[in-house]
Amino acid sequence: MSGDQHDTDWTALVMQVRDHQDKAAFAALFRHFAPRVKGFLMKSGASSALAEECAQDVMATLWQKAHLFDPTRASVATWVFTIARNRRIDALRKARRPEPEELPWGPEPEPDQGEVMEMQQEHERLAEALLHLPEKQRALIEKAYYGDLSHSEIADQTGLPLGTIKSRIRLALERLRHHMS
Amino acid sequence: MDIKHHAPDALLMGYAAGTLPEAFNLVIATHVSLSDDSRARLGAMEAVGGSVLENCAVDMAQDSLDRALERIGTTPQANARSALQSEGIFPAPLADFMGHGPDAVQWTSVGMGVKQAILRTDGGTSARLLRIPAGRAMPNHGHRGMELTLVLQGAFVDGDKRFGRGDLDVADEDLDHTPVAEAGEDCICLAATDAPLRFRGWLPRLAQPFFRI
Repeated sequence: MSGDQHDTDWTALVMQVRDHQDKAAFAALFRHFAPRVKGFLMKSGASSALAEECAQDVMATLWQKAHLFDPTRASVATWVFTIARNRRIDALRKARRPEPEELPWGPEPEPDQGEVMEMQQEHERLAEALLHLPEKQRALIEKAYYGDLSHSEIADQTGLPLGTIKSRIRLALERLRHHMS
Repeated sequence: MDIKHHAPDALLMGYAAGTLPEAFNLVIATHVSLSDDSRARLGAMEAVGGSVLENCAVDMAQDSLDRALERIGTTPQANARSALQSEGIFPAPLADFMGHGPDAVQWTSVGMGVKQAILRTDGGTSARLLRIPAGRAMPNHGHRGMELTLVLQGAFVDGDKRFGRGDLDVADEDLDHTPVAEAGEDCICLAATDAPLRFRGWLPRLAQPFFRI
C-alpha cells in the first residue's frame, strides 16, 4: 500500500479527469481516497452508512471541480480533505461557513511541473513527520481535525515542520499576483 | 498590502478543521482574503488535514465506485465558480454574509461617537461592525472568552501596536484594552467574541444589555 501511495502521481490523474473525463483515472483516485474520506468522516462521528454516502459524494465533487484544483498550492490529499471537511460541515448544518475570497486569476492551466513535484514531495514529508510525532501529540492533532477540539483547546505549536510548506504556498501566491499585475 | 498582524496558527487550524464558531469563521475568512501570509499558513494547516486523511482508510461498500459514477452522471461538471464579489472595503466573504456593501450598513449609536451594527450569527458567539471616529477611543472593555478584531478601514492603536486594514487583533480573556482610532479617517472594524463584552464605565455597562454589545 505504501508503495502505491508514493509512486502514484495523483495530480496527473486529476488532470486526466479534468481534461478527458477519464473514468479509469477516476477509479484509481476513488480506490485510494474514498476509503480515507469514509474513515475520516467516521472518526468525525458519522455512521458507517452516512460516511459511505458522503464519501461517494466527495469523490463525485472531485470529478466536478477538477478544474479548480491548483497543484502548486495543494496536494490531491489536501484538496480532497477540504472537500470532505466542507461536506462534513454541510451534513452537520450547524453554522454558515464563509469562505475566503477566491483569487480571481485562479490556477494556471498548465502549472510548472517542477513546482508541482516539489509541492507533492513537501506533502509527503509532512505526512511522514506527522507519523513520527510522539503518540500523544499526534493524537491531539488528529482530534483537532476530526472536530473533537474547540478552537481554545488547539495549541499554536503543532510540533510539525510547517515552515517550508508555508513558504512554497506563499511563493505560489506571489507568482499568481505577479502574473496578474 | 502591508499587513503586520496575522491570524495565529491555532485559529487557522480551527478554520482548516472546520470547527470554529460562525462569527470566528467569518472573521478568519475575511482576514485570509486580505492576508497572503495567513492564506499560505491556512494552506499549510489544510495540508496537515490531508496528512491526517491519509491515515484514515476503512473498507468501502461493494458497489461504491459504481454509485459514485452514477452520481457524476446525474450532475454536470461545475463550470466557472460562482465567484463572490467584494464590495468597497468589504472583502467577498463579508459582503456575502451581510448581503450588501458598506454603504447599506444600518449603524446604531452606542455612545461617545462609536457606532455599531450587529451581525446575525449562531448562538454563543457574536459578530459586529464597529465604527470609531478618527482620534477617538473605543469604550474601555474587557471580555470573557476571546475577541477578534479585524480592521477594514483606517487604523487603531492598541497599547504599543498599530493595526491597519487587514490586521487582526486577538485579545485574550484577561486583557483589558482601550483601542484608539488613528487620526485621519474613521476606523471600521469587524469584531467577534465567543462571549459578550463587558464595558468598564457605569454608563456603557448599563447600556450593554440594551445594545447587545
